[in-house]
Amino acid sequence: MTRTFKIDRKFVPMLATIGLFAAGYLLGAIQYPGMRSPQTFFNLFIDNAFLLIASTGLTLVIISGGIDLSVGAVIALTSVAAAHLMEKVGLSSLLVIPLMLLMGAAFGGLMGGIIHYFKVQPFIVTLAGMFFARGMSFFISLDAITITDPFYRTLSLARIHLIGKSFVSVHVIVALVVLAVAMYLAHLTRFGRTIYAMGGNEQSARLMGLNVGRTKVQVYMLSGFCSALAGLVFSNNLLSGHGLYANGLEMEAIAAVIIGGTLLTGGVGYVFGTLFGVLVNGLIQVLIIFNGELSSWWTRIVIGLLTLVFIVVQSAFSSWKKRQTGIRPARKKAASAADTSPG
Amino acid sequence: MAQSNSLWNRFKANQVFWPLVALGLIMLFNALFTPNFFRLEIKEGHLFGSLIDILNRGAPLMILAVGMTMVIATEGVDLSVGAVAAISAAVATVLINPALGQQLIASDKLVENVTATPLPVVILAALFVATLCGVWNGMLVSRGNIQPMVATLVLMVAGRGIAQLITGGQIITVYYTPYFVIGNGYLAGVPFALFIVAGVSLAAWLLTRKTAIGMFVESVGINVRSSFYSGVNEKNIKLLVYTFCGFCAGIAGLIVSSNVKSADANNAGLGFELDAILAVVIGGTLMTGGRFSLLASIIGALVIQSMTTTMYAIGVPAMAAQAVKAVVVMAVILLYSEQFRSVVGRVFGRRKEVRS
Repeated sequence: MTRTFKIDRKFVPMLATIGLFAAGYLLGAIQYPGMRSPQTFFNLFIDNAFLLIASTGLTLVIISGGIDLSVGAVIALTSVAAAHLMEKVGLSSLLVIPLMLLMGAAFGGLMGGIIHYFKVQPFIVTLAGMFFARGMSFFISLDAITITDPFYRTLSLARIHLIGKSFVSVHVIVALVVLAVAMYLAHLTRFGRTIYAMGGNEQSARLMGLNVGRTKVQVYMLSGFCSALAGLVFSNNLLSGHGLYANGLEMEAIAAVIIGGTLLTGGVGYVFGTLFGVLVNGLIQVLIIFNGELSSWWTRIVIGLLTLVFIVVQSAFSSWKKRQTGIRPARKKAASAADTSPG
Repeated sequence: MAQSNSLWNRFKANQVFWPLVALGLIMLFNALFTPNFFRLEIKEGHLFGSLIDILNRGAPLMILAVGMTMVIATEGVDLSVGAVAAISAAVATVLINPALGQQLIASDKLVENVTATPLPVVILAALFVATLCGVWNGMLVSRGNIQPMVATLVLMVAGRGIAQLITGGQIITVYYTPYFVIGNGYLAGVPFALFIVAGVSLAAWLLTRKTAIGMFVESVGINVRSSFYSGVNEKNIKLLVYTFCGFCAGIAGLIVSSNVKSADANNAGLGFELDAILAVVIGGTLMTGGRFSLLASIIGALVIQSMTTTMYAIGVPAMAAQAVKAVVVMAVILLYSEQFRSVVGRVFGRRKEVRS
């Protein structure tokens, strides 16, 4: 094989997703005139801004070889806590916003600390974190709280006009900034390189002298921060807070990350791919709405199948790579059996 | 003296010990703070009381915990149990009254106490579909070599969509009374669901402890590769445990839908996967696979259920109870963590306890 072909392979899953999104959108635009309006395209970003923010944080966690199941619950907790502080306590939103981000980061950091220092599996810790955050949001308020804070309202209704009559909300800008910062962190900093190294092989990363423990706590902290930010965007969008918001969002986010080309085993993936994972998720919903005949539950089935396709392709891809790098066991069967290590 | 001491030590070293301690603490809390918690009454020939309630409500969770234990023992996890339970419930209710899926308005025809399909067929069909879901998961994990968490995630996401497809997006209410026996009925004064739990547990126990399968499961969980080289067919063992887990989820789905007399594709078995995993973890089976105890997991399920019931009893809102549950579960998990024990040991200046 030529060298250029090899470089391409690294990006194959992500390029496949981008291609899928483009093809899907094109087919939709041919079929439904409504989808040709630029605003439909920008609405994809507006409606999925919070999902993009949460998925971006989650991508870094997954690349580091972990998992964060608490994202949806933290979004709900943030929305309720922010609404409560603004409406019932009467704090200004300018104070509440940094406070919430701090809370998210602290919550993530706490989970990361437990994962690292007590060697409990990320899956279990963040599962407990998810229960805790959801439960706490109902301790704060059983009912939805409407937010009337003037600054929060202005932020919610603010529109940034683009070409023609189309516009995006402030949330989209926030989401794209988060994405850009995450890409910078992942590819151009020591922190990012440590994340990739950890995800590839934690033992090796430690032996290389990388500070695995600190990075692990930081990456969960970052994910908690992103979830809290996503929660603020979510509550800002709806101008209310409730403990039932973003129910099951963690699974949607994980699916978006996988579809974006990140391996759940860690070490491989791109934050940029997650953007398209999220967009594909949104596109399926838009297509189903435009179709009008298909019921909403088809979204879940299609997302499930897409996730499956990506997983199968990646699984085949990684076993191909293993054979390329020359790890050749006595029988292929045994090697593939040994591959199924926990996440 | 020495004899009883070693017996105590053996009991303490048993996997059942810590879950029992947790259960004991919850019971102690109830004895002190919840009035009439331990009162058992006989009304209309049935046993009534909070304890019976815990057992009855915990039945689906106990069955799930049995299936999940074996999956986790092979170093896997099944996230799809809740969705599979919803599918099983959807299949059963649609078979009982196929017209319900299409119609929203309750006419006299719809609320009749009849079934379109004989009840045994209904149950077998629901369990068959659930088992098929288990086979699907098992094939993905064993033949597709996909990480268990990811493989079962697919069905978790798509499963509820499939259940909605079966029910036509409606919440199907059942009016056929014999179906209610599964989740609401009594046999000899004891909830019928408990007999199902006993049956499933006994079958699983016989399967794992009276044949070599249990050992195979543990060996696969400890080291897949060496199991393979020792001649254990690790693929079929994995296929078996996921199939069994799907079957258990199917039974749990039947019990739940029979209990609430309806099938709701969105909410039936919601959060089952998490509760089942936590039950197994509280039962002391490690997520990294290996040694497992079905009894400990069943006690773990009871711990979770009694915690939930206790919180309802003292007036914590249902949704908020999760937070308390999370804290307790986290505490239990930390107690299992060697690192946590050594830190605590250092802090209190005690010699680090070494347990095998």
